[in-house]
Amino acid sequence: MSTPVLKARNLVKKFGRVTAIDHADFDLMPGEILAVVGDNGAGKSTMISALSGAVQPSAGQVWLEGKPVQFASPLEARDAGIETVYQGLALSPALSISDNLFLGRERRKGGIWGRLSRDLDRKAMDAEARKQLTALGLTTVQNISQRVETLSGGQRQGIAVARACAFSSKVVILDEPTAALGVKESRRVLDLILAVRARGLPIVLISHNMPHVFEIADRIHIHRLGRRLCVLPTSETTMPDVVAMMTGAMAPPVVHKIPEGEPVQ
Amino acid sequence: MTDEKLAVLRRGPADYEVAAAGASSDTAQFAETDGGWLRRIQTFLNEYPTTVPLLVLLLGVVLFSWISGRTFLHPYNLSLILQQVTIIGTVGMAQTLIILTAGIDLSVGVVMILTTVVAGRAAVSFGLPAEFIFAIGLSVGLGCGLLNGLLVAVFRLPPFIVTLGTFAMIGAMVLYVSGSQTISGRELAETTPSLLLTGTSFRIGGAQLTVGSILLLVLAAVLWFVLARTAFGRHVHAVGDAPDAARLSGINVRNTLLAVYVVAGAICAFAGWLMIGRVGAVSPTSGALANLDSITAVVIGGTSLFGGRGSVLGTLIGALIVGVFRNGLALSGADILWQEFAVGLLVILAVLLDQWIRKVSQ
Ligand SMILES: Nc1ncnc2c1ncn2[C@@H]1O[C@H](COP(=O)(O)OP(=O)(O)OP(=O)(O)O)[C@@H](O)[C@H]1O
Ligand SMILES: [Mg+2]
Repeated sequence: MSTPVLKARNLVKKFGRVTAIDHADFDLMPGEILAVVGDNGAGKSTMISALSGAVQPSAGQVWLEGKPVQFASPLEARDAGIETVYQGLALSPALSISDNLFLGRERRKGGIWGRLSRDLDRKAMDAEARKQLTALGLTTVQNISQRVETLSGGQRQGIAVARACAFSSKVVILDEPTAALGVKESRRVLDLILAVRARGLPIVLISHNMPHVFEIADRIHIHRLGRRLCVLPTSETTMPDVVAMMTGAMAPPVVHKIPEGEPVQ
Repeated sequence: MTDEKLAVLRRGPADYEVAAAGASSDTAQFAETDGGWLRRIQTFLNEYPTTVPLLVLLLGVVLFSWISGRTFLHPYNLSLILQQVTIIGTVGMAQTLIILTAGIDLSVGVVMILTTVVAGRAAVSFGLPAEFIFAIGLSVGLGCGLLNGLLVAVFRLPPFIVTLGTFAMIGAMVLYVSGSQTISGRELAETTPSLLLTGTSFRIGGAQLTVGSILLLVLAAVLWFVLARTAFGRHVHAVGDAPDAARLSGINVRNTLLAVYVVAGAICAFAGWLMIGRVGAVSPTSGALANLDSITAVVIGGTSLFGGRGSVLGTLIGALIVGVFRNGLALSGADILWQEFAVGLLVILAVLLDQWIRKVSQ
């Protein structure tokens, strides 16, 4: 059995009196699309924030490719190869598409001038941005220096997903990437996810859209009351069962696959 | 209690999506806006917000040269306007940085004055060498900036309240250090003439420029570069525009804010130097209105009080607009109260316009 790309055990996070993550476990296997489903407030977003450095868990351990890691900020997680599209996006509306794609990882001009003046290499960044958007099928972007706020909700979502997909080297985490999208735009994001998987990268997809989950996920991680209830291969379960389990109407099946000899539950 | 709609177990696109299969594929088309010319103007201004202040400046120049003719357009008068706005413009640079982060700084004016009275006192009473005096003046500015920055960025207090408090405290320090006494230009010239250097003027054609107004233009150019063309500048905009997005993008929001307040403090110290040259003395009362005037220049210059958008060039133009309207109205013989009225009106109009420009996404 191969090692999980991203793994967590016993994660805990409290916000005041609310326990958002309650001893949660997590496993993402190489090359898979893992859907994370659960009720509103189940703690899905908080859990992936803890995995990506946006939130510091009060207890528990995270491993990336088998090595223990502790991310103090989203930047550290990104440098380690984990890209995340957070729920509600993480774009700066007043900045341009290109500025947003490179926010926090701007490229400087080379040579002595670049080092002394810290002048940004706008041309290279714009060209790279255009290339990435085209590679991900977000073509027909005319003006890469257009402010993000002048785009439609769907286009913004596309930019956010494109940013994560373009820069990721190990893991892509998407928190409800199709929530605000129409039918056609959702389909595009799903295609984007499949394209990223085809590049060999594993993806974590948080979604409330069961048809989407059942269409593209390899396994489904059911989250309930701040912790992982169970993980099921998509082919071995049904939508009604998943819905029943995540709402607590049905107990999870007793038989689990046990990665690395550790109990899943 | 199974939801019948969910009872469909299938892989591949769902039925309802098949209908969309024949749709045109140019989904992400960045379509030309179709709201008519008004909408197009709005989009244009959203992209180039400095256009409006520039037009207002031109309009003011045309208007007053029509009313007052030769006198207004004379190079000497125009260079006088530049001199008159040097202090507002420089303090406005500091204010722009702060407002870009969605903050506001009520203390910039008194910080500037404190640097002048401390430097003046150090020069006249203690006779320290010039390098020390400049270092002391700069440290006072940096220190005040750091204090504001720590309270805003680390203790996360609202900038308005923080700087309201430091405004009063620093104002008291000004009185304490200066003893409400003015230090005359003659005393300064005897001890540290370099403090007066920025007031040195020279003639080009009919215009009379001062070192101070040239330094303002240099400062504006440097800040423009830093804000528009370096990563730090991008981060300042992002922190003011969407702090959460900035944080999630890996920007250290706290350090960026802290740096902005400290740099603003340094600019205020610089403004203090220009101020000594402009007044030709160290006075605890001159520049007392710089706090509010700087905000006026920033707002008229098209920088949004909500953060994230604006530029120091806009502020420079905003300061010039204030100068042109004051000077033009004075030349045309209007009562001084109309100068204040006009400036106030411009502020309101600028904010109304900003509100409209920011609505571009709706
Ligand atoms: N910053 C915060 N401060 C306080 N409480 C928080 C914070 N973030 C999350 N919570 C709480 O933690 C719990 C889990 O929230 P979380 O956003 O992780 O849920 P979720 O599963 O992503 O829900 P949804 O499907 O609605 O996105 C909720 O009860 C929420 O109120
Ligand atoms: Mg969530």
